[in-house]
Amino acid sequence: MNNIFIYCELTEELRIADVSQELLTKGRTLANELGVKVEAIVIGHGLSGIEKEIFPYGADVVHIADDKNLSPFTSGAHAKVLIAILRQEEPQIALFGATANGRDVGPRIASALKCGLTADCTSLIIGDHEDKKAKKSYKNLLYQIRPAFGGNIIATIINPETKPQIATVREGVMKKEVYDKQYKGEIKNFSVEGLLDDIDLAVKIIERHIEPPKVNIKGSQIIVAGGYGVGSPENFKLLYDLASVLGGEVGASRAAVDSGFAPHERQIGQTGITVRPKLYIACGISGAVQHRAGMDESSQIISINIDEAAPINNIADFAITGRVEDVIPKMIKYYKKNSK
Amino acid sequence: MSFKIVVLAKQVPDTRNVGKDAMKADGTVNRAALPAIFNPEDLNALEFALQVKDKIEGAEVIILTMGPYRAAEIIREAMYRGADKGYLITDRKFAGSDTLATSYAISLAVKKLGSFNLLVAGRQAIDGDTAQVGPQTAEKLGIPQIAYAEKLIEVNKEEITIKRRIERGVETVSAKYPIAVTVHGSADSCRPRNAKKLMQFKHSRTLTELKNEERENAELYKSRPYLMIEEWSVADIKADVEALGLSGSPTKVKTIENVVFQAKESKSLGDSNQEVEDLMIELIDGHIIG
Ligand SMILES: Cc1cc2nc3c(=O)[nH]c(=O)nc-3n(C[C@H](O)[C@H](O)[C@H](O)COP(=O)(O)OP(=O)(O)OC[C@H]3O[C@@H](n4cnc5c(N)ncnc54)[C@H](O)[C@@H]3O)c2cc1C
Ligand SMILES: Nc1ncnc2c1ncn2[C@@H]1O[C@H](COP(=O)(O)O)[C@@H](O)[C@H]1O
Repeated sequence: MNNIFIYCELTEELRIADVSQELLTKGRTLANELGVKVEAIVIGHGLSGIEKEIFPYGADVVHIADDKNLSPFTSGAHAKVLIAILRQEEPQIALFGATANGRDVGPRIASALKCGLTADCTSLIIGDHEDKKAKKSYKNLLYQIRPAFGGNIIATIINPETKPQIATVREGVMKKEVYDKQYKGEIKNFSVEGLLDDIDLAVKIIERHIEPPKVNIKGSQIIVAGGYGVGSPENFKLLYDLASVLGGEVGASRAAVDSGFAPHERQIGQTGITVRPKLYIACGISGAVQHRAGMDESSQIISINIDEAAPINNIADFAITGRVEDVIPKMIKYYKKNSK
Repeated sequence: MSFKIVVLAKQVPDTRNVGKDAMKADGTVNRAALPAIFNPEDLNALEFALQVKDKIEGAEVIILTMGPYRAAEIIREAMYRGADKGYLITDRKFAGSDTLATSYAISLAVKKLGSFNLLVAGRQAIDGDTAQVGPQTAEKLGIPQIAYAEKLIEVNKEEITIKRRIERGVETVSAKYPIAVTVHGSADSCRPRNAKKLMQFKHSRTLTELKNEERENAELYKSRPYLMIEEWSVADIKADVEALGLSGSPTKVKTIENVVFQAKESKSLGDSNQEVEDLMIELIDGHIIG
């Protein structure tokens, strides 16, 4: 009762997903503050030894549901198991990755348990709340902090009356840290015998394979765009790294596309797509008017260019004079160091 | 045998095109400057439903939307593109509903429509970005779901086969009815308006709209009842008021902070560690990133 539960997702290779280990790390910090335990839930098949990837992150208990009907993931079967465990254990907080699976089962569980769920949190903090109207005060709630309204506001959400307080968090948002290599917890096997009905197994998986998603530059709030100055397709990988860390997409100038550094569907400008992200990072782009036509309404623009007089700097909020190859790795490093 | 497809669609402020005029000088959102649009992924959902309708004779596509009276605009828009009819769930008592309360109301409205085969929602709405209402509604209706649909592979009166997006790949799944599907933005974009449908439905209205336009008694609506878009209140769907609005919503907004966009004044920086780190901290603190 009252512990913190983390739903641990499995990768295709049956390893614990990074996002879940990040959540275990976060859960441990919150649990220490609240003086409660961290419990993990793993659901799948062929899971022997999986606890070795969980305990070092500070889990006190791991609930393992291992059954052939639970792998690969289907939201029906996983939701059924999760609802059963959470009903029985009555945690105060339950955390899920804001992944395809986490956002598939999370809402079903919140709906069944009639509790609040906050998607895509960027920060989780413990704090108190005073409801002046109802003259009630609450201690140690989970502040679920997330951007809303297309990233234009930051909201702090609370669930004062219902438990568990459920939140999802994207991969890379929280830090993953081994708590103690020797940390040992307790394994509790959860039997699904007699639990799963036909309706929970109604969705049949016919085939699955790895396939990168289609690019969605227009829908992205952060765009890292590269130009001819990036120099090579290899250097362009740095842009993908930065975009992935910031949760953004990669765009390109026409010169970069023409040089084969990036595919055509990423071209931004008069003959490409028009974007208005919250943040546009122009890397090695001179700022020709045809390019600017597609991006000059971005809310914030950062330019990285070796030429201090590059025209793009006239519309940039921050103009960094330097080489793309040097600056981007630093941005990644210092973002990781300072993000919460 | 009839085949019923219910599509959930929402009218949302266009938060993607937050140009400079949409931000006030104090850094707050100027909501009035944001046009109300058909939630983008709900258009993908509508297209998905229409593709099913194209393949199944006699299938009917019904749009369900919960929102203020002007949300009838998107019901008309859906009909111009091929939906057969729509219902607007509207009542002041819904105000302040979070996704749990919203899905409760929507699930009751779906029940009121009677038995159905497919429930189709967009993956997520751009005003809240939660991606919760589809699965939460499915759970309340006691039906399974297929999330993140990207392509309709096959459909007949017994079952449906769908390609869906998963974390690092795609998956093909099939299921029998009734089933809920949430449709991803990477699915086919919605077909444009059809000129004939536009003529057919351009006068369709809700009662509230007719009152506002002062044409309540227009003969047209007596001779062509299909032009009336029905409005359902809390009482019509027999909802428990306590489970709606603020009282029915477990999530509360404690505080809201506006993301402050500074005026355009270019800052020049070098590439030293210190300068890059300071910039990243400024961006994180300003909630531009992270
Ligand atoms: C009809 C028409 C339509 C067009 N449509 C488009 C369009 O839709 N989109 C588009 O982008 N362009 C378009 N163009 C092309 C446009 O005019 C420019 O040629 C193009 O945008 C230039 O791309 P660039 O800035 O990447 O390259 P360049 O102009 O060559 O600039 C490269 C920049 O990189 C900097 N640099 C070099 N090395 C480094 C380094 N190591 N680190 C950091 N900086 C470095 C340089 O100082 C320079 O500023 C169009 C042109 C025409 C005529
Ligand atoms: N008020 C509403 N009326 C109708 N459908 C809705 C409403 N809110 C959400 N939906 C549906 O649920 C999906 C997910 O919404 P959300 O959980 O708000 O991101 C949307 O794409 C719609 O299909």
